[in-house]
Amino acid sequence: MRAPTEGIWAAAWRRLRRDKVGMAALAVVLLFLLMVGLASAGLIASDWQQERGVSYAPPTFMGPAERDEANGLPVPKGPNVDLGDIDPLAPQYKAWAERAATYEHAEAEKATTLPFGADLQGRDVLAKAVQGAKVSVLVGVLAAVVATIIGTVLGALAGFFGGKVGDLLEWVYNVFTSIPGILLIFAFAAVAGRGTQSVVLILGFAGWTGIYRLVRAEFLKHSVREYVRAAEAIGASTTSRMFRHILPNISHVLLVQLSVHVVGFIKAEVILSYLGLGVAVDEVSWGTMLAEAQTELIQGYWWQLAAATLFMAVFVTAFSLFTDALRDALDPKLRGLE
Amino acid sequence: MTAYLLRRLWQMIPTLVGVVLLVFFLFKYFGGDPAEILAGQNATAETVKAIQEQLGLNRPVWEQLWIFAKQIITFDWGRSWATNESVSGLFASRLPATLTVMVPILVLEVLLAIPFALAVAYWRGSLTDRAVMVVTTVALSISFLVYVIAGQYVFAFRLGWFPVQGWTDSVWTNLVKYAPLPVLLAVFVSLSPQTRLYRSYFLDEIGNDYVRTARAKGLTEKRILLTHVMRNALIPILTGIGGALPGIFVGSFLIEVFFSIPGVGREVLLAVNRSDYPVIQAVTIYLAVITMVVNLLTDVLYTLADPRVVLK
Repeated sequence: MRAPTEGIWAAAWRRLRRDKVGMAALAVVLLFLLMVGLASAGLIASDWQQERGVSYAPPTFMGPAERDEANGLPVPKGPNVDLGDIDPLAPQYKAWAERAATYEHAEAEKATTLPFGADLQGRDVLAKAVQGAKVSVLVGVLAAVVATIIGTVLGALAGFFGGKVGDLLEWVYNVFTSIPGILLIFAFAAVAGRGTQSVVLILGFAGWTGIYRLVRAEFLKHSVREYVRAAEAIGASTTSRMFRHILPNISHVLLVQLSVHVVGFIKAEVILSYLGLGVAVDEVSWGTMLAEAQTELIQGYWWQLAAATLFMAVFVTAFSLFTDALRDALDPKLRGLE
Repeated sequence: MTAYLLRRLWQMIPTLVGVVLLVFFLFKYFGGDPAEILAGQNATAETVKAIQEQLGLNRPVWEQLWIFAKQIITFDWGRSWATNESVSGLFASRLPATLTVMVPILVLEVLLAIPFALAVAYWRGSLTDRAVMVVTTVALSISFLVYVIAGQYVFAFRLGWFPVQGWTDSVWTNLVKYAPLPVLLAVFVSLSPQTRLYRSYFLDEIGNDYVRTARAKGLTEKRILLTHVMRNALIPILTGIGGALPGIFVGSFLIEVFFSIPGVGREVLLAVNRSDYPVIQAVTIYLAVITMVVNLLTDVLYTLADPRVVLK
């Protein structure tokens, strides 16, 4: 009996497992994905909009903020002056106070410190960073999936058929690449409006050209290979040859491209959210946190900037290192070049 | 050469037509109704109708496309919907600020990245090389925005080396007073990806046979890198610079918004936020034209960098 030959995925997994840096990065990425999954299910950080602490409560290790007596007007001493004869609203006060008393009213206990501090409204920065991770990572991944699907389908058509279809798609490609990327994103943003869904579509529709180029080249190469000819000879349909025979053979290229784009799109989302073209105002992402951080930093409240930066840096570094390891594992020929 | 240039220019036409069609139909079918945007929120139905009449929005689509094409060819985009400034005047007045920031960025970036990349390529495989690669990976994972926020805080607000932000009408004052901080921050951030990129170009060349030959005949490593490898690596570097050139004209949106620099980038962003379609359409189409022309120029420049390249 012959031992079965090792498939590309098994071989890649074997190589990846030997790469310590790659495996550590994969572990961090998986932890983040778990966090995103839990946040999406509403199990953690779902109460990020609650005012849990006092405004700008500092991180726990710094201790509560000192009360600043110098700021604001001094509280007047002595009994309240009766303004009844000049204040036209004065006769109403008693009735209003009675009506207010009929409602249940509980003064929420506000913490003076929180693990990662609080923002202007007293919201927990840690919960915001987790919730922001959910939005930013989802936007990055979904936009990369959209871009990969568009790039793959168009690239497959152009590379497989060539001729008129190929010329037409090359024309579309030239049109999209002749407009600078950021401007294309802005043009889409001008018509698409705000919100997570828009950001995903904008980034996906503006960012597919690189993948198209690669997939087209791969399909050009593969469509004349013997295994595809053989499939044609036994009567495999065109779609079957394109997507059941060739596609699995280039799936490693797609996987690497997908992860390269995730990193790029996460960074793009941050910039777009800062410029006010990103996620909706009632959502939080790393980009909106950084946008708030600009004015906070001048006042000395550095923790929101630190939290967003830390979360983003750890995830993006881990994802980039994992992508490098993945590329090395799937395409050992490339090892050592960049 | 002339034949080559003519053919390339001729080939630009279909692409340009595509850009015009893309921009036209994008705003026509996915954008809001221009008449309603122009008329504002409290407009009566008659006002909206009158504006539709005036803009030709109730004519057939092909006729509107023709009006659009005429605007492009005659450079007459009319006026901005938001400020009533003429679109061409708007760009002419915003471009100097953008160039004051972007040209120094591009020049410094290339001039610094080449020696850095050469140094890293020279020490390739060593601990220095690996350390540089790790540091750049981490540095790259932090958003540009963080560097700008922290840079402004530390160097302008805390240390007071630069003004926090500002802009004047004098080009010289801008260049020596207000531009340095944004320029230095942008160069600092783009230096690490640029160094990595150039390093890979140099390493690609170092693997070639001619380098081995040069080593065999006893040339110093310095001479091999600076004379032989450098000239060959210039081709991809030139392509990169060519690709970055059109971006100069829009500037870095983030920098202009962050430092309140009255440049083209900030103007385009304002236009996007105000649904000011003529401004967005104009800048998109002209930038596409500039990109195509710059690509052609880059190809012509190849012949200077490498005499073996023959344009046919």
